[in-house]
Amino acid sequence: MDLDALLGCVTSSSCLVTQTTSGLIVGMLLFMVAAGLTLIFGVLKIVNFAHGTFYMLGAYIAYSAFMFTGSYFLGVLAGGLGMAIFGVIFERVLISRVYGANVLMQLLICYAVVLICDDLVKIVWGPDFYAMGMPPAFQVPPLFIAGGVVPPFYIMLILVALAIGGGLSLLLGLTKIGKIIRAAAHNPNMVSALGINTTLLYSLVFAVGGMLAGLAGGLAAPVRSLTPGMGFSILIESFIVTVIGGMGSIGGALIAAVVLGLIRSFGTIGFPLFTEGLMYIAMIIILVFKPSGLFGKEIV
Amino acid sequence: MRDIHAARLGRRTLLAASAAIAMPWVARAQANPLKIGIPTILSGPIALLGTSSRGAIQPEIDRINAAGGLLGRQIQPIYRDSKGQPQEAARVARELVNTDGCEILLDAEASSGAYAVQEVVRDLGVLCLHSNSETSSLTADPKLRVATAFRCARQGVHDAIVGGAHSAKVATAKKLSKWATCSPDYAFGRDTTAQFLEFLKHFKPDIEVVSQGWPKLGAPDFTEVITKILQAKPQALYSALYAGDLSAFVNQGNVYALFSAMQVFVPAMGDLPVLTAVKSLPVGIQSANRYLPTFPKTAENAAWGAAYSKANNNAYPTNWSWQNSTAVRFIEAAVKKAGSTDGKKAAAALEGMTIDSPFSVTGKVTMRAEDHTLVDYAIGWGTTVPKEPFVVDVEPGDWGQIVELEKEWKKANGYI
Repeated sequence: MDLDALLGCVTSSSCLVTQTTSGLIVGMLLFMVAAGLTLIFGVLKIVNFAHGTFYMLGAYIAYSAFMFTGSYFLGVLAGGLGMAIFGVIFERVLISRVYGANVLMQLLICYAVVLICDDLVKIVWGPDFYAMGMPPAFQVPPLFIAGGVVPPFYIMLILVALAIGGGLSLLLGLTKIGKIIRAAAHNPNMVSALGINTTLLYSLVFAVGGMLAGLAGGLAAPVRSLTPGMGFSILIESFIVTVIGGMGSIGGALIAAVVLGLIRSFGTIGFPLFTEGLMYIAMIIILVFKPSGLFGKEIV
Repeated sequence: MRDIHAARLGRRTLLAASAAIAMPWVARAQANPLKIGIPTILSGPIALLGTSSRGAIQPEIDRINAAGGLLGRQIQPIYRDSKGQPQEAARVARELVNTDGCEILLDAEASSGAYAVQEVVRDLGVLCLHSNSETSSLTADPKLRVATAFRCARQGVHDAIVGGAHSAKVATAKKLSKWATCSPDYAFGRDTTAQFLEFLKHFKPDIEVVSQGWPKLGAPDFTEVITKILQAKPQALYSALYAGDLSAFVNQGNVYALFSAMQVFVPAMGDLPVLTAVKSLPVGIQSANRYLPTFPKTAENAAWGAAYSKANNNAYPTNWSWQNSTAVRFIEAAVKKAGSTDGKKAAAALEGMTIDSPFSVTGKVTMRAEDHTLVDYAIGWGTTVPKEPFVVDVEPGDWGQIVELEKEWKKANGYI
């Protein structure tokens, strides 16, 4: 524990700016993965343990598309679209068969998909790790704001994640399809009784969830190593975000992801040997006082 | 009158009887291969290292088999995936001997798995060569040592001594006294970092460590650690990260211009898969040779590197590759000398053995008798450049100095 260093950091503008932006970037990438996870749970009550695999496949597809086209934008788009299609196939072929089934059955199916996809990645791309490399447009020196270091690439990532989060909120809050999705989350039988095609709706939810994870994988590919099994580590943190924010709450996921990112970035200065533990302590505290998470609905 | 049919029948019977007696021996020689059990990491984030171990072992075994095998028996390697989990490594090691009938273990595990396999070997008494564990205490600590187990890999304390000497030289020339470290948060990362700092301070006592970061192994994001290092404003950074983690760290460090803000020392940078995976390799990182076809600069080493790539779809060999190639060569020589695969006999033959090797500046490596560990292998530090050969000006370590300081280190730790 180094409280002096932490105090020194929060009272120094350079440290405050650097650590806050570093927390935001960690949080925003987490949010994009967790948003899909919480959306799927909110509507379908499915805990998608294969969500980290969506992130991994999105990153690999983005990498291949980038190597083929040379365009980072097309790479990210390919990652997102590829995972939207994968999400639909995953839902139709596997998950749709276990709606309402024991959670253990859902877990087993998801885990099987994780293992199969990890092996498929090894077959298609090989066991080596890959790095996409920084797109030429972002191969620029970092900015110095109030003495703090802020890379332009990360500013772009934060803005894109915010735009996607905002777009998702608008989609769910203001559009007709968004209202149907929210209604289905409350009462799927009533939505179905009104003549709405819930099969299509559920596939759409998985497509959006998959797309978000795929976009996150593609966006992060220039700065992260691509390895088979890379989805697992982000899955655990995404679950923490989902639980803290409240299962099914997009806004909750955003706030929880940012809180977690900031805990990590400032925790590494004040509690260098206990940064991971701090995240779990935050989760425990929130769940003790609000078992349904920050914005989750109480289960009566 | 002599019955010639009876005589012919007798010869046939005799031939058939001879064949019946001889055939099982022939059949047994073919059907009783010498099985070598190889637990290694074939899945997960560092699967590349396990596959690069297999990629080096197989050509050596093919060579031995093509020349008639070992003690007249064909070698059959049996690879098992431990998934990088110690308990799984111990389980598959035991299974390889007890169920699959392996007579020798080539433990191609990382340190965490090697310690678990070591205890299995203590129990089973088979010959075992740990080919990838670099954590020094495995063989340095007499309490952990096992009579039939050997380390055929570079060792943390050796790297620390050479790294400390080289880094102190660079630090003196560039006046670097404020240091930061960033290493994976498990035994290997903590031990190697502590040893590096110990020897750095031995050669340059005026070193101050201003920041230490311990990211988790396989962590996707190092941003907060990188920004923490930047806040501490060190003049130099040491990191024991490796493989995919190191590649991600370099890519993420690049966006913060970390490598132009300080002099960086990374022993594992000099591994070809890392050097080639990093798209914007910073110039001037100080690195140890992990495996480089250009160090030692000999025709044998360059030929081995080229042969490995040819046998493995143009993949680059890693540090684990040369260590496993060497391990098979030691097994071959020890079993031949002992005339047996018996654990005790083969171990006695292996103690103090010296073999020819392309992975040594002197052309020879030795399995030191006193602590069952590899010495005299090529060890040096150089500077990274963005294109092949990626690491230049490699300065070889002084084995006389390594052995002397290693002895002091062992004394200080109560190992001797």
